[in-house]
Amino acid sequence: MEWMELLNQLTRAFGPSGSEGGIRKTITDLIAPYVDEIKTDAMGNLIAHRKGEGKRLLFSAHMDSVGLLVTHVEKEGWLRFHQLGGLTAQDIRRQGVVFENGTRGVIAVPEDKEEDRDLKRADLFIDVGADSREEALKQVRPGDACVYTGTPFAQNGKVFSNYLDDRAGCAVLIEAARRIQNPQYDLYFLFSTQEEVGTRGVKPAAFGIDPDIGIAVDVTGSDDLPGSDRWCSSVLGKGAGIKVMDGSVVCQPELVAWMSAVAEAAEIPVQQDILRSGGTDAGAIQVTRGGVWAGGIDIPCRYTHAPVEVCALSDLEAAAALAARLAESGFDGR
Amino acid sequence: MLNLLKQLCALSGVSSWEDEVRDFIRAKAEPYADSIRMDTIGNLIVFKKGKKPTGNKLLLSAHMDEVGLMVKRVEEDGTLRFDTVGGIDRRILIGKTVYVGQSHLPGIIGSKPIHLTSRDERRQAPKLDKLYLDIGARDQAEAERYVRPGDIITFGPEWQEFGNGLLKAKAIDDRVGCAVMLKLLEEELPLDCNFVFSCQEEVGTRGAFGYSFALRPEIAMILEGTTAADLPGVREDQKVCVPGDGPVISLVDGGTMYDRELFETLRDLADAHGIPWQVKRMVAGGTDARTIQRSRAGVRVTGLSDAVRYIHSPSSVAAISDLDSILKLARLFLQRVAEEA
Repeated sequence: MEWMELLNQLTRAFGPSGSEGGIRKTITDLIAPYVDEIKTDAMGNLIAHRKGEGKRLLFSAHMDSVGLLVTHVEKEGWLRFHQLGGLTAQDIRRQGVVFENGTRGVIAVPEDKEEDRDLKRADLFIDVGADSREEALKQVRPGDACVYTGTPFAQNGKVFSNYLDDRAGCAVLIEAARRIQNPQYDLYFLFSTQEEVGTRGVKPAAFGIDPDIGIAVDVTGSDDLPGSDRWCSSVLGKGAGIKVMDGSVVCQPELVAWMSAVAEAAEIPVQQDILRSGGTDAGAIQVTRGGVWAGGIDIPCRYTHAPVEVCALSDLEAAAALAARLAESGFDGR
Repeated sequence: MLNLLKQLCALSGVSSWEDEVRDFIRAKAEPYADSIRMDTIGNLIVFKKGKKPTGNKLLLSAHMDEVGLMVKRVEEDGTLRFDTVGGIDRRILIGKTVYVGQSHLPGIIGSKPIHLTSRDERRQAPKLDKLYLDIGARDQAEAERYVRPGDIITFGPEWQEFGNGLLKAKAIDDRVGCAVMLKLLEEELPLDCNFVFSCQEEVGTRGAFGYSFALRPEIAMILEGTTAADLPGVREDQKVCVPGDGPVISLVDGGTMYDRELFETLRDLADAHGIPWQVKRMVAGGTDARTIQRSRAGVRVTGLSDAVRYIHSPSSVAAISDLDSILKLARLFLQRVAEEA
């Protein structure tokens, strides 16, 4: 399947943190041809297993996205919300949203706050066009979540879309699963839940899988914008990031070296990824049970968590190629 | 239920000193339980068989402990310095009567008289190190005959019913959950249940690590008290929850996104049986669920909470009508889990 076709399906599927049912269904259909067994655990994690000999190798991408959760419906019909994951009021103002049942709305700014530089998330509300609480409640109830609307497109070798974090990673795992010919491992593809609210889903999933090696595939920052503060080391288009560290993990150097060697041998473009803050599933995997070899394949991404994120399609390609080659290469540890 | 809650709230049970509460609950639970044990950290685990032999499938949990204070130092003048155990707003402490140690020695929390304070000091709530506890001792030697550093301090147990169906007490968080579980224990249950009366919730859901790991539940329901903010000057959508508006069905709080299907089950059960319900309008606080959910390979968590104004203070306020609603909805939930087991 072409990258854009895959991303189209994945970024449009509904799955804010805690409400991942829609995206789970989409991924189940996409990954099913390449695995032997699929199950969903207590936290909603989707665990796809390709049975094999040898050590257990876990690839993880989170399927949840940031989003908004309705907490209160005002008598005038406005919706107040809580944020799921890290969002800023500046990023989301005036953005269109859509609920799982198709109800649409816009994130609105109170008139007296329009010029406010310290605009807070709590100042904002969602307008679904309802004239009263009763009318709004016919479509949306407290507890319902919504996500950004958006239509992905490709231009200049880049993909512009909502929720590349981390549907790009999901796409990479699905594509890698398709390509893997001779796996050297008992292979698991984990599509985890609730990453955006604190890597919560991956913890129990990793406990259940009990892997020897865990590699998280997620987006990372991109150090190529005007005014860069050198927060991260990777840039768009230079290849798959091999995680060295982020705010949640320092990857074991032997594993980083192995990943780099495999990439070099297969002539896959890679870059060393170092992120000063922010975390990924890799951090949670590493400290599971008696400890796990933890690494990451990182996809540089601009404007993470904003309604439109940008990645380079060539980086996705490199990430999928690397994941597939890793699954076909032995790792000896130390 | 009201009388039971009154008895429970009167007991002293600051985190890790839950003995009084545990002893009371053990005595109440004994006639109905199939087994009772205390684990190493102090959780009381009560197992009761139901019609369906579902084993460890369902766990219900409420914490026994409450927030309080601890004596840090006895000063030369016989006054005591203290620290908080659990989240306490220091603005509420001045002038309160509190009780020290196992003998419940009364004392008053004092601070500098107003005519000695500077303008700046009057503008902000005094820091903990400016507050002291006066137990009426003449000097250090006399005070040390009665108290020692490490003694715990609890709020006064005065219970009051007032206004339109409201009650006031300390420790409604979470004796209300304990009361609901004790009432359920008296009934014939549709399935096997582990009832955990947990400890050290207020200092970081610490009791939950052990019992959730040991009991391996599939589903856990947490019965709690949660913060209400239906106060003058608070915007409608920031009131969090409102006493009298029914059980708060857990969906998201500071520590957990609860299981969505179980949330919808509870919401639909409430609607079908005419029980009012609410969700928290602002996301704050946390419960044992945050620890249980991520225990081992994961647990489906859900919860019902009582909306409590002035939570973590000696004058916590709840609505009497909510108590029965919580019990009713919890009972319906057990029924539903049993049907689907």
